[in-house]
Formats: sequence, C-alpha cells, structure tokens
Amino acid sequence: MSRTLLKFSQLCAIFLNVGVVDGQAPSANPPAAPPGPTDQQKVVAAQSPTNPPALSSVASLTGAQVDSAPVVPHAGLNVVVIDPAHGGTDTGGRGTEGIRESDVVLELAAQLRKTLEAQGFQVVQTRETNDNPSFDDRSARANAQRGAVFVTLHVSSTGLTGTARVYVPPDYSAVTDTGGLIPWEHAQAPYLSLSRKLGDLVQSEIAKRFKGSPTSAQIAPVRQLRTTAAPAIAVEISSVSVENRAALDRMIPGVAEAITRGIVAFRPSYVVSTISAAPIGVTPQ
Amino acid sequence: MIARWMYWVAGALLIAVIGAAIYFPALRSQVEKARQLTEKTAEQARRELLPVASPTSGEPKGKAKMYWGSPTEDGTLKPVIVELPLSSDPVSRSKQLLNTLLAGPVDPEARTLPSDAALLAFYLLPDGTAVADFSEALGTSIPSGIQSEELAVDSIARTLEANVPEVRQLKILIHGQEVDTLAGHLDLTQTFQVKASGLAETPKSTSPTDVIRKPLEKAVGKVKEAIKR
Repeated sequence: MSRTLLKFSQLCAIFLNVGVVDGQAPSANPPAAPPGPTDQQKVVAAQSPTNPPALSSVASLTGAQVDSAPVVPHAGLNVVVIDPAHGGTDTGGRGTEGIRESDVVLELAAQLRKTLEAQGFQVVQTRETNDNPSFDDRSARANAQRGAVFVTLHVSSTGLTGTARVYVPPDYSAVTDTGGLIPWEHAQAPYLSLSRKLGDLVQSEIAKRFKGSPTSAQIAPVRQLRTTAAPAIAVEISSVSVENRAALDRMIPGVAEAITRGIVAFRPSYVVSTISAAPIGVTPQ
Repeated sequence: MIARWMYWVAGALLIAVIGAAIYFPALRSQVEKARQLTEKTAEQARRELLPVASPTSGEPKGKAKMYWGSPTEDGTLKPVIVELPLSSDPVSRSKQLLNTLLAGPVDPEARTLPSDAALLAFYLLPDGTAVADFSEALGTSIPSGIQSEELAVDSIARTLEANVPEVRQLKILIHGQEVDTLAGHLDLTQTFQVKASGLAETPKSTSPTDVIRKPLEKAVGKVKEAIKR
C-alpha cells in the first residue's frame, strides 16, 4: 500500500513538476483543485525534452513563496544531478584489497561537483554521505529539476584497469496515456536521443584521457536510468579489483574533467523552453 | 538520604548493562553466522533436488554457438563452437545450452556466469518469450558492475538467439521471482529482445511487466511448484 502511494506521489512529481525527496511528497504546495484543461496542457507541454519539467527553484520553495514568486524562465542546461551509486549497507563492488565502490564514487562525485560548479552549473547530489536512497528516490531528485542532466557514477569489478565506459539506455517505447503524461516506469523514454548524445560526448572525452576506453557510449539497460526524466548516463570506471587504491584515485580528476567537458559540449544541444511551468494549482493567474 | 537497597538495585542494573554490552555483539555475530549457514544449506538442498544438467543421453550431438567472454577484447563476447547433445525440442535444447553456458568455457577467465549458479527452470511461452529461472547465486556471485552484468545477460540472450530460433525475447527470474536488478545495476524488470545485433528491451510493452504478466504468472507458479516438490 505504502509502495503504491510512493509510486503515485513520484508519478505526480513528473506530472506536477514538484520535488519528491526521500520518498515523501512535499506537503508545501498541495494542489487546491483538480487540474483544468489549461493547466494540464502546460504540464503536458513540459514533458517533451525541449520543454523538460520542473522549476527547481519552485520545487524548493514553501507554498506561500510559490504563490508569490515570479516564474523564472530557464534558457538552457543549468543543473547537473550527480548520483554516486550504492551506499549504506550496499557497498557495490568490493575489491580484494577492501576497496569499496560506494566510497570511490562518493569521492568522484565530490571532484565532479567542483569541476561542474567551476563551469557555472548548479549541482544536486542524490547522496552526500554513506546512505543508500532507493532507485526511485534518486530519480525523483532529478525529476524535480528543470533543465537538468543526470550522471550516475559506478566502479566495476571487471574490465581493463584505467579505462572508463559510458552507458546509455536502450530503446524504450514512448508510452503515453490519453492525457499525454509519462508513466514513472518509462520516464526516460522521451529523453533517449539526448541521453545518447550526451553519452557519446562524455565517452569521447574519456577516450582522449584513458587509453583503451571505448570511443562511443554503450547501450545497456541500467536500472537507475529508466525512471529518470532527463538526459541520463551511467559512467563506470575500472575497477575495484586494482591492487592499489591509488590507481583509482589517480583516475578521479581526469574522469571528472572528462564528464564536465562532455556536459559543457552538450549544453547547446539541450534547449529548454522558456514556457512557464509550475505545479498545478499554483500557476500564477 | 538514599536507601541502601537502592544502591544495590543501581549496582545490579549497571552490571546488567555492562553484561549486555559485552554479550550482544557476540550474539549478533552468532545470529549472522547462523543466517549465512541456513542460506547456504537451502541453496545446496535446492541444487541437489533439481539436477543442473537435463538428461541428454541418446540425443544426437550437434554444433552449438556459445557466447562467452572474449579473452582478448575487454568487455565483449566471442562465439565459440562446441559439440554437445542437442534436442530438437526448443525447451530441452535451451536447457542444454544454458547448462553448458553455466558450466563455462575451458578458459575460466572467459566465464560470463558464476560457476555456482544453476538453471532452476526454463519455459517457452507461445509468443516466443523464454523465461529462464536461475538460482540466487546468479545475482549474488556475479562480479558487481554494469559491464559484468550486461555481459552475463548478453551471453544468455545471444546464445539462445544463435541456437533456438523459436526464442524472440528473454525474461530472467531469480528463484521464481522477478527482481529489480541482477546485482545492483542491470534492469531485470524488463524483457530482453533477442536479436543478432545484441540486446535491446522490448519496445512493445506498455508497462515493464504488462506484456508478459499473465503468462509469466503461470510460469512463476510452475517454478514454485517445482521447488516445493
């Protein structure tokens, strides 16, 4: 029952462009009435990649602030959501030398945050400590943003040491219901081509720095990407099986730099409409 | 003035707290050990009850194209032709192939599936959906990572694709259940389309499980019955 409610609230997060953090729908701005046709048209318009959902600033405001705040148009890619995978009791890959994937990705995320902020991006992390949000909670952080891209970070247990790979989602059908809304389970569907473009750009930057890495992104059904309503990629470096942790630590600045460069190159491709999108029920009259 | 008996009670409580602080961690580790032992025993019993290899005696040998890891190219599969008894029945044939895949290649480095994993059941639905049910070891013993998990699923799909033309798509269950991921990365809630160019999830589904829900429920029921027996 609670799972059903969670799914419903997360579905609403896409529809309404409001944040759902840690599995709880925000109580700050409940819709006062069912959406009228005008509101619904705006929300539907906000579902296409060129009109991505959610004003992050609106999502973080209180109800009173939302009512009075002007809707600020965003002209392009502004936010990068970094997802250090695993955490908590889920250590992810674990090497014979005790290297834990969950620790390495957290350090990589911190470095990536620095390089992205230096380029003027707003950065949101799905976790900053050793906790383990669910797949849906992580996606919800991204789905509550407007003009965002999503990067989930991993360290493999296999592969040639010193290489890194970018994974992008396979084909999902662009499923819509009669109202044109996107089911949570297929949130990635409208963003596939953008995800692949972002993936190729990041992978080509990685290939320049890490020999032996592929030159274009690979397709794999990574669970985390499916429910993310934004251009989304997974980056996996090899590997926790190295004999010395220093080998991985040396990769971190280069990987962070490559991802940042890829996102900067992607920025002009991701045109975010200036159509005002706001949660249903709080749209300024 | 505090009564003398209160000192005795306080002292006894203090001793109890110290004792508990010492005893509880030891108790916890014992419980953890017992849990692991039970899991191993259950897995062992299952494997003994359900023989890994399907009966193959009397069936003519044929050449099968098996996909294992490439020893030279990182993160890719390489087809290897092996001779093994091959049934004309697509279900028996698929079981023979998957058991061979699980048994692994000559070079252990080229293995894509964990050596302690077992195929518990295999069904082929009328629409060409292959339902392969593996033991929990498939998820727990595989090296964690997108690359290793993708290679594992890809090796299953491509081996079936190359040798069993009746298979159109693949659904992987773990111990009779649909699971979120193989080992934390690869999405197993979807069906995998089986085609020569590699894996892609079926584009037809209106929700991750709707397409195969009914036939899958039947298949899961059969698996559970088999395990109970």
